[in-house]
Amino acid sequence: MDFELTKEQQMIQQMVKDFAEGIIKPRAIEIDKEAKFPIDIFKEMGELGLLGIPFPERYGGSDGDTISYAIAVEEIGKVCGSTGLSYAAAVSLGASPIYYFGTEEQKQTYLKPLAEGKALGSFGLTEPNAGSDARGTKTTAVEDGTDYIINGEKCFITNASFAKTIIVTALTGKGDSGKDIISAIIVPTDTEGLTITSNYDKMGVRGSDTAEVILDNVRVPKANLLGDPTKGFKQFLYTLDGGRISIAALGVGLAQASLNKALTYAKERKQFGASISNFQAIQFKLADMAMEVELARNMVYKAAWLKDNQKPFTKEAAYAKLFATETAFRAANEAIQIHGGYGYMREFEVERYLRDAKLLEIGEGTSEIQRLVIARQLGC
Amino acid sequence: MDIYVLLKKTFDTEEKIVVSNGRIEDDGAEFIINPYDEYAIEEAINQRDEHGGEVTVVTVGDEESEKQLRTALAMGADKAVLIDTEDDLEDGDQYSTAKILEAFFEDKEPDLILAGNVAIDEASGQVGPRLADRLGISYVTTITALTIEEETAKIDKDVEGDIEKVEVPLPVLVTCQQGLNEPRYPSLPGIMKAKKKPLEELEIDDLDLDEDDVEAKTKTVEVFLPPEKEAGRVLEGELDDQVKELVSLLKDEAKVL
Ligand SMILES: Cc1cc2nc3c(=O)[nH]c(=O)nc-3n(C[C@H](O)[C@H](O)[C@H](O)COP(=O)(O)OP(=O)(O)OC[C@H]3O[C@@H](n4cnc5c(N)ncnc54)[C@H](O)[C@@H]3O)c2cc1C
Ligand SMILES: Cc1cc2nc3c(=O)[nH]c(=O)nc-3n(C[C@H](O)[C@H](O)[C@H](O)COP(=O)(O)OP(=O)(O)OC[C@H]3O[C@@H](n4cnc5c(N)ncnc54)[C@H](O)[C@@H]3O)c2cc1C
Repeated sequence: MDFELTKEQQMIQQMVKDFAEGIIKPRAIEIDKEAKFPIDIFKEMGELGLLGIPFPERYGGSDGDTISYAIAVEEIGKVCGSTGLSYAAAVSLGASPIYYFGTEEQKQTYLKPLAEGKALGSFGLTEPNAGSDARGTKTTAVEDGTDYIINGEKCFITNASFAKTIIVTALTGKGDSGKDIISAIIVPTDTEGLTITSNYDKMGVRGSDTAEVILDNVRVPKANLLGDPTKGFKQFLYTLDGGRISIAALGVGLAQASLNKALTYAKERKQFGASISNFQAIQFKLADMAMEVELARNMVYKAAWLKDNQKPFTKEAAYAKLFATETAFRAANEAIQIHGGYGYMREFEVERYLRDAKLLEIGEGTSEIQRLVIARQLGC
Repeated sequence: MDIYVLLKKTFDTEEKIVVSNGRIEDDGAEFIINPYDEYAIEEAINQRDEHGGEVTVVTVGDEESEKQLRTALAMGADKAVLIDTEDDLEDGDQYSTAKILEAFFEDKEPDLILAGNVAIDEASGQVGPRLADRLGISYVTTITALTIEEETAKIDKDVEGDIEKVEVPLPVLVTCQQGLNEPRYPSLPGIMKAKKKPLEELEIDDLDLDEDDVEAKTKTVEVFLPPEKEAGRVLEGELDDQVKELVSLLKDEAKVL
């Protein structure tokens, strides 16, 4: 066992921390308030190689591991949930499936620009009537000569308005057992028939772009099909397992930020003639927060480590996601409580942490779905 | 051009610092590259990119200094040298460091040596000038601009907010001041490549030095934190009275008048 980060991981942590605090943090309140996607920040992140951490150099990546990537998401999450979510989605959902399942040609054409940070990618799974139940997908892709013609509607798609490619899930036929086959297809966003609108007025992660995607007779070459045509469902389950590690890391970041703010404030704030950090009621809150943050981070690192070592990690990724995101919500809530009336005000930021944390309990599989995944892993 | 950067690790003065038994507690302190040395690294990389050559970063430190050297390599330096004095030197001072560096440079022919203006921990600003003096080369401190044409360095030197223009022939040692440049963040590919770049580890033995040669010339008598800032006080009443009260407070209580 070794609980120490490698030198590279420590350096990445330091660099992302400096970058997050220097470049993103001063704008976090504005990003939330104006609900404006900070595209310029993503450009800079791309130039620093942050968007390519878990991909090899030959595909434009930085040759890092999943742990490094999780560390980077946490550091960004500490200062801005919106940027953190868009970052996690771009890497885990927009780019990773192409790395996992793409052909060499697809990787060169579609993964490279994403890993190099020259473009963003999205993942379009959710539909108005198919959220947790992805098998309920209604979007269809019908073969027509050498093409697919795709029709359907996707909702809540992160980064879609700024994406160069969207990986769209669609029904491509029926298998031997009569079950629907769901496949993933790479759709460049400049393809005719694709309409992307982002009109959602969100509770949190307001600076992260979330869009609706309508596919009306969208024609893409069959060569854009990702991976095994009969295993699309399994593939995106694997993709989501990986994505959960990054959402969990984002939760750790938000929870740590909540703890930091609450601790600093509790030491400064005096009531009844003493710093409120002297009151056991406050101390117990801070102690619980600190413990949960540490446990959550350990679970994230373990899930990431398992993935890096090609071991099964489905259950651990679900543990991490479930625990870290619920920790984030609790920690943010307590941070507001410790701030009293000030915590309710935007400029103290902890109320934003709560709004941002709430999304983490919903996206990439709700908390209920995480429990289902875990139970299934237990053999239920 | 053969460019060298002198850098050291310091604790992060923005993080909490704990002093016990007259020493700063290493455990829990956050260590960083001395911020002024970051300007030196950035400048070295820019000069190399413009004129060609190689950037070597050198530190006199301990095993842990490798992290700061790797960061400099990740930013774009080519080679690093760690002179590890942990086993040989109890409490070095600026004399010790300059002496060790002198020995290191004995068989080198640097065109340009860059150092930080001061280190934020001890803030003496001496290592650079002392080394230049020992090597018998020119030095210019607190520089805010550097252009190299042929064998001449054209330098802006910060003098308490004003600028002095200096021209010196190479080789020269400069110490870098805020405003010289904007140090880059090390990129991810930079960090991953840094582990493959050469990092040479030396001890003073390898430089033909004895412990006695580098023994400190100064002695640290006491280490203490600045007194905690006390809450301010807002004076009340008529303006005239406030002024009178302020003057008497400055005289009798603060004793600064
Ligand atoms: C800001 C944001 C960004 C998003 N980004 C993306 C994206 O990039 N790509 C993408 O494809 N999707 C994205 N989503 C969609 C997200 O993944 C879904 O919202 C999520 O999976 C839940 O689906 P749903 O909203 O349809 O809720 P539903 O599935 O309708 O769930 C409603 C409630 O029922 C519960 N529930 C459902 N089924 C069960 C069950 N079997 N047992 C117990 N409880 C159950 C759920 O846990 C939940 O509490 C995003 C959503 C948001 C809000
Ligand atoms: C939207 C809004 C409307 C408001 N409207 C009004 C109004 O109309 N009129 C008005 O007068 N005020 C109003 N308030 C103020 C509100 O009543 C105070 O914010 C509240 O009483 C808490 O005080 P505080 O914010 O100073 O927090 P603090 O008293 O500083 O409390 C900070 C934290 O320390 C805890 N704490 C404090 N003392 C102890 C202790 N001894 N032991 C354990 N824990 C302790 C608190 O429970 C809290 O968690 C309003 C506030 C808001 C946000």
